[in-house]
Amino acid sequence: MLRQSEIMSLIEVKDLAITYGANTVLHNVSLHLNAGEIVTIVGPNGSGKTSLFRAIIGAAEPARGKITLQPGLKIGYVPQRLHIDPNLPITVDRFMRLTERVSPDVCQKALEVAGVPDLMKRQMTQLSGGQFQRVLLARAVINQPDVLLLDEATQGLDQAGSAAFYQQIESVCRKSGCAVLMISHELHVVMSASDRVICLNGHVCCEGSPAVVASAPEYRSLFGSGTGGALALYRHDHDHDHHHDHGHSQEAAE
Amino acid sequence: MLDDFMVRAALAGVGVALAAAPLGCFVVWRRMAYFGDATAHAAILGVALSLTFEMSIFPGVLAVALIMALSVTALSERGYAMDTLLGVLAHSSLAFGLVAVSFLSGIRIDLMAYLFGDILAVSRLDLLVIWGGALAVIGLIASRWSSLLTSTLNEELAYASGLNPKRERLILTLALAITVAVAIKVVGVLLIAALLIIPAAAARVLARTPEAMAVIAAIIGSISAIGGLRAAYVIDTPAGPSIVCVAAVIFAVLGVFARRRRVTD
Repeated sequence: MLRQSEIMSLIEVKDLAITYGANTVLHNVSLHLNAGEIVTIVGPNGSGKTSLFRAIIGAAEPARGKITLQPGLKIGYVPQRLHIDPNLPITVDRFMRLTERVSPDVCQKALEVAGVPDLMKRQMTQLSGGQFQRVLLARAVINQPDVLLLDEATQGLDQAGSAAFYQQIESVCRKSGCAVLMISHELHVVMSASDRVICLNGHVCCEGSPAVVASAPEYRSLFGSGTGGALALYRHDHDHDHHHDHGHSQEAAE
Repeated sequence: MLDDFMVRAALAGVGVALAAAPLGCFVVWRRMAYFGDATAHAAILGVALSLTFEMSIFPGVLAVALIMALSVTALSERGYAMDTLLGVLAHSSLAFGLVAVSFLSGIRIDLMAYLFGDILAVSRLDLLVIWGGALAVIGLIASRWSSLLTSTLNEELAYASGLNPKRERLILTLALAITVAVAIKVVGVLLIAALLIIPAAAARVLARTPEAMAVIAAIIGSISAIGGLRAAYVIDTPAGPSIVCVAAVIFAVLGVFARRRRVTD
């Protein structure tokens, strides 16, 4: 089953480079996302994670390389930060239907799935940080996307809140078969839910299952071994059903 | 009916108010207030050029306003700070426009008419231009409403939905240039931005959705236009500024009302 889906990648990034002026933020980045997969991108600040996302959605022009999206791919996007000007009145209900024509029932269902069922008529600017992120998630999944892109979607949530948030994402996506590509700095929290982890620092340092990446020297030199202990708590989730080929993870590093 | 200059003035004022309302909302949401100002100031240069080449005011003003708006957008993408850029371009284009006007010998132009508008002198042809421009702006914005709104809320969100925020910004820029060009006769260069911003700002406290805000702004703008003209007629004040004064009073009253409502909530 995995073999088949590897042929039909939803997102295929090949040899991508992105530059801002003389500044090269990404180079030689190749990665792919298969249907139903949950892949996490980790990396220090300024490692080009958000630039990679911007390139995937078409907001940044690649200087080199190629990004291929499966034709007709529906993307649900949860931005890192969404500031709504206080002069812009908008209810949750209206925000949910910004780009998709959906019925109030569908909106309500999406909000229930995201764990915030009672917010329909509230103003977006009056929501708490956690409520806001969940509404963003509900909006992103409202039209049953093929892939969900999450850019540090739990900013402003405490650790328990973000753990619950990621669990919600995992359960939503495992149920609907929606693939997830997410950026996070809360390594130990996301790793438990990820099929694969890609460690990015201008280029792909290493990639593979959470356990493989956490023990990779490239990863440790970037993040230290401090998170290794926390990861161990989750390792038991990952010692059974992942049939990926991890052989390439080491040679991908420079 | 159109023989009465007051009726023509009222129709002109309402036409501009209707176009300015939805556009003004975007100007407020995107914090482009000074952008509107700069485009309007450049219009004086357009007036001077139109008179030099002996053509009608509308296309000249439209062209210069558009060039101004496009160059501001282009320069801001190169990393100049927006407010500095607008400060430089707005006032220098106004100055160049005023200097250019002074070179026009032989033609006596009433500069005050362009700075403050001369709504009472609106002709049938002016009315046609104003309503044509207003309907074009309203149509343009209405047809792309969701895309404009999504791009305004968050550019990445727009990209991910397959929209192009750069194109949406261009559409707003175009709409702004058209509005400035048709409004110059009604409220003049110095007060166009007021007609864009004040009704939208006043509508904010009453609205719960973006659409409601645009509609309420249109109502407030129209009331201001008619009320200002009435005041100008009764107490003999300049018409353009009177319209803006009425809008400002509505803004202040609604502001107080909103504060009180928030307290009692």
